[in-house]
Amino acid sequence: MAAYLGRRFIGFLAALVLVSLLVFLAIRVVPGDTAQIILGTDADPSSLHALRERLGLNEPLYVQYGTWIKNLLTGRLGESIRYGKPIGELIASRFTVTGPLALLAIVIALLLGIPLGIFAATHRSRFGDYGVMAFSQFGLAVPAFWAGILLMLLFSVKLRWFPAGGFTPWSKSVWGALRSIFLPSLSLGVIHAAVIARLTRSTLLEVLGEDYIRTARGKGLVERTVLYKHALRNALIPIITLVGLQFASLLGGTIIIENVFYLPGLGRLAYQAISARDLPVVQDVVLLITVLVVGLSVLVDVAYVLLDPRVRLE
Amino acid sequence: MTRTRHSRRARLPRRNTSFVIGAVIVGLIALTACVSLCYTPYDPIKMAIEDRLQGPSTAHLLGTDQYGRDILSRVMEGAQNSILVGVVAVGIGMSFGVLLGLWVTFSSGWVDEAVMRTMDVIYAFPAILNAILLVAILGPGIINAMIAIGIHNVPIFARLTRGGVLRAREEEYVLAAYSLGRQRWAVAWRHILPNILSSLIVQGTIQFAAAILAEAALSYLGLGTQLPYPSWGRMLREAQTFMRLAPGLAIFPGLAIALSVLGFNLLGDGMRDLLDPKLRGAV
Repeated sequence: MAAYLGRRFIGFLAALVLVSLLVFLAIRVVPGDTAQIILGTDADPSSLHALRERLGLNEPLYVQYGTWIKNLLTGRLGESIRYGKPIGELIASRFTVTGPLALLAIVIALLLGIPLGIFAATHRSRFGDYGVMAFSQFGLAVPAFWAGILLMLLFSVKLRWFPAGGFTPWSKSVWGALRSIFLPSLSLGVIHAAVIARLTRSTLLEVLGEDYIRTARGKGLVERTVLYKHALRNALIPIITLVGLQFASLLGGTIIIENVFYLPGLGRLAYQAISARDLPVVQDVVLLITVLVVGLSVLVDVAYVLLDPRVRLE
Repeated sequence: MTRTRHSRRARLPRRNTSFVIGAVIVGLIALTACVSLCYTPYDPIKMAIEDRLQGPSTAHLLGTDQYGRDILSRVMEGAQNSILVGVVAVGIGMSFGVLLGLWVTFSSGWVDEAVMRTMDVIYAFPAILNAILLVAILGPGIINAMIAIGIHNVPIFARLTRGGVLRAREEEYVLAAYSLGRQRWAVAWRHILPNILSSLIVQGTIQFAAAILAEAALSYLGLGTQLPYPSWGRMLREAQTFMRLAPGLAIFPGLAIALSVLGFNLLGDGMRDLLDPKLRGAV
């Protein structure tokens, strides 16, 4: 077990080095002079030179990379060119939007997906099962941003229950902040619920065919106990894995939905920073999102090993 | 033999509802794309301000947008984009991915390890972030969007090919080919690849759907298809601006995206069932 965890940790570190290299190089090959783009075409040469010096763009690539990593490790994330604020502060404030948004989306996905999957599995080949499977197929096909626009159309434009965009800070009103992130979370949650419902159904069907379920029924246990105490418990292992991976993909997936609802989250920050060539922000945000995604998938793998003794033995 | 083949042909599609529905939807989308090459009810990019934001009518079946352009014509032409993006992005992903997957299995251990870990890292980048970064590097536009989506597909096909080759390498037919003196690449190309082709095709169909979604997302952000050419994602972006005045604008392009993705997903599911009965009903 310790050896496995050690291997996964070394793999994670290697992935981090590779990711940081890829992000750094990807941003450096963007055509055009960054200083020129920031200051505009009519900027004088002395200010261009000063900005290049400030950003370290005159240094060789390996020096720039080394400086970036050294600063990251010492917690100095630098300053955003566009906002003129420390990047750490910027990321922390944006995470108060993206974090709860992704969390609420996953909660909605679980609350919808698991009961639907259980319902489909217990009503196999009946009308309800076909209904859930059809929902799941449509859920996989509908882009989250379209779902967001449709929800906005209904709940914001027609019914005026929720704001059509923007974000009320948590410090101003918790209720207002929740209302701001509810529709975006619902659009992401419904889509992810489709995947969870599908997996819950298939895993539960597989588990319900196992010998120990037959034994439980043979012992005279009521169907509810068989289903929730024996079958669902075992079926939850792959679902937990999927949820972990979905949470990771949600962090990346928020880019579009934050743009649909004009939410000042991490995804929108990354998108705006890429458009504005705010290199320090792009580097740090892309690296942060990728580290979260890779880190979560490693955690999911470890959780899987801890939860399933069969995997541990292998 | 003929009877067996005939009876199998007659039996399979009827059983495989996903395949039939998927094939019909994909066929319709492809037909729309083909028809739009030579016929659309109106010029999809020609503005007619006097007709702007009209609801569905006999003159404009799906209505008009903020510039008076016919929505039906734009949705039809948008189908060309989606099919093109799917073909190119999956083509890039499949050709580079398969070549890489084959290459690493025949290379030394450290090459395999280095290439596959790099593939893992590329795959770990959130797809849309990856595409936005690449489009930022290459510049916005449909061609660069296709390349960006294609690059994200490479690790998927590389992993699939590598796994398939590693499994097939110990099979008797491969060992027999080696014992006949065939070269490694010849064995891979002529014997192993045809045996893993079915899983590649199934994955290709699923990635086609993902490519349509990704292009729509990029175009929504203004990084894919550029104005004035119609793209379903771009149409949704424009529709959002005029949502209060003409809510119907957001319906049809989104429906077209959802229907195409649904079609390719169903086709992929159906093909998986046809080509690999062991996986029938799996998620």
